[in-house]
Amino acid sequence: MPMTITEKILANHAGKEHVVPGELINARVDFVLANDITAPVAIREFEKIGVADVFDRERVTLVPDHFTPNKDIKSAEQALLVKNFSRQYGLTNYFEIGRMGIEHCLLPEQGLVGPGDLVIGADSHTCTYGGLGAFSTGVGSTDLAAAMALGETWLKVPESIKFEFTGELQPWVSGKDLILYTIGDIGVDGALYRSMEFTGPAIENLSIESRLTMCNMAIEAGAKNGIVAPDAITRAYVEGRCKRPYQFYQSDPDASYVKVYQYDVSKIEPQVAIPHLPENSRPVGAAGNVEIDQVVIGSCTNGRMEDLRVAAKLLQGKKVHKNVRMVIFPGTQEIYLQALREGLIEIFVMAGGAVSTPTCGPCLGGHMGILAKGERAVATTNRNFVGRMGHPESEVYLANPAVAAASAILGRIAAPGEVE
Amino acid sequence: MELQGRTWKFGSDVDTDAIIPARYLNTSDPAELAKHCMEDADPAFPEKVKPGEIIVAGKNFGCGSSREHAPIAIKAAGISCIIAKTFARIFYRNAFNIGLPIFEAPEAAEEINEGDEVAVDAGTGIITNKTTGKTYQATPVPLFMQQIIASGGLINYVAERVNKECTK
Ligand code: SF4
Repeated sequence: MPMTITEKILANHAGKEHVVPGELINARVDFVLANDITAPVAIREFEKIGVADVFDRERVTLVPDHFTPNKDIKSAEQALLVKNFSRQYGLTNYFEIGRMGIEHCLLPEQGLVGPGDLVIGADSHTCTYGGLGAFSTGVGSTDLAAAMALGETWLKVPESIKFEFTGELQPWVSGKDLILYTIGDIGVDGALYRSMEFTGPAIENLSIESRLTMCNMAIEAGAKNGIVAPDAITRAYVEGRCKRPYQFYQSDPDASYVKVYQYDVSKIEPQVAIPHLPENSRPVGAAGNVEIDQVVIGSCTNGRMEDLRVAAKLLQGKKVHKNVRMVIFPGTQEIYLQALREGLIEIFVMAGGAVSTPTCGPCLGGHMGILAKGERAVATTNRNFVGRMGHPESEVYLANPAVAAASAILGRIAAPGEVE
Repeated sequence: MELQGRTWKFGSDVDTDAIIPARYLNTSDPAELAKHCMEDADPAFPEKVKPGEIIVAGKNFGCGSSREHAPIAIKAAGISCIIAKTFARIFYRNAFNIGLPIFEAPEAAEEINEGDEVAVDAGTGIITNKTTGKTYQATPVPLFMQQIIASGGLINYVAERVNKECTK
């Protein structure tokens, strides 16, 4: 019976030959994670179950990345709870500030998640790891607590939607634009409960970074997971990095999909999603004359090397507009260090930008760059909901790092071509 | 179990940042979270909501983050249940796991007006709009979620399982 890549991974983890969409399965999990916001609730629930240990101390990690470095006393207490739990249960992986990163940048980088894995995390952007060919999805804290105890979780096998991308990418277009365009086409519930499978020649040529970015935003279309079949590009990334054996799965050619969308990427320009939903995407040129107060480059969506390199390319020798504050958040310490080595940090600072230690910070309106009433930001993050980055009457425009950098220079939403 | 109350109506795609903004997530205390419930959708909501009242919303309710703080805030604010056209996936699971009854009923969500008095039979999923007299049937809940509810939430369900395995 033909299956999609998602169905194959789920079948394997449920110990079955086949699974079909709609089927409820009890599946083994390879890795589980939570962060400093969701872990405290998960810990509370976990302790109610009454087990002596987590299912596997190498496969549970709690990453303090949202309100860290601790922004206030309450946040410090939440982070301490995470740290104490990690110690008490002897979790192999605990990431203290200075060695930490944003969870969805950190886990792939550290080789903790890999192709063919089944991963659940108490964070909606856990779907990011689909970029490596894993099945990964976000759950709540209580679901996570159960998985921490059992090493298993209940899942409903999702129907799959296939997205086929053909053609050559235009200059300054990356995975971010493809996913914003896609969400603009299908809507924020266009893939509700379903799996988004990204395929086609344009995806086969796409970097791992861009694939992770695309899968990161699958949740923004309501999807259960996003996934790209692993290939030579994946292998080059995971070889020598993954700490556990990994497995490459591919969809069968005759696997069934509820829908197939076809996009010619040569027609896709750099996108901007205007407030207040990610589905409000349009070509950057159609965003109008929008003056901005802040630019944020980073997050689990676009805080990787490829993203920083693109931003630096445009910012080199340029200055951030006098009315704009630009904050840059490398995804992990390793990315920070690599950016330092490549001279990118110097470019950002010379341009008049502020570079932060890795943190979620402004992405969720936590700290390190909150918007006042009426302020506007261009951000490479993934959500532009009301109040997401600060005051309920502030605005967030989502874009790729090139558009963000160009906008920082010109003080308004701008196309990269305007500053090249 | 019969749930009954006056309704508050919201539109589509109400996201978790509107339900409980991240700026309040430096705590997970339900009473604290309840003070800011739905604040970015309607700043006066935490003040005006009364125990037992019902939220009625459009499609994709609870989209966005996986924060369980969202259904926790709603439950702690005293809301007895939510009726919506559809729910976002993670919110749906979370609501069951923490014991907040939710009902997918597109027609009811469309037709019920704010302020209507509505009764819901949680067992059968039959929704009665007492103001208009019209009744609706909510989409049935998957069997395994019914089992979770019967155990009193996911944690009890798991604890029962773990204890059974220990005594085997
Ligand atoms: S960077 Fe933003 S979207 Fe990503 S995990 Fe942090 S808060 Fe969530």
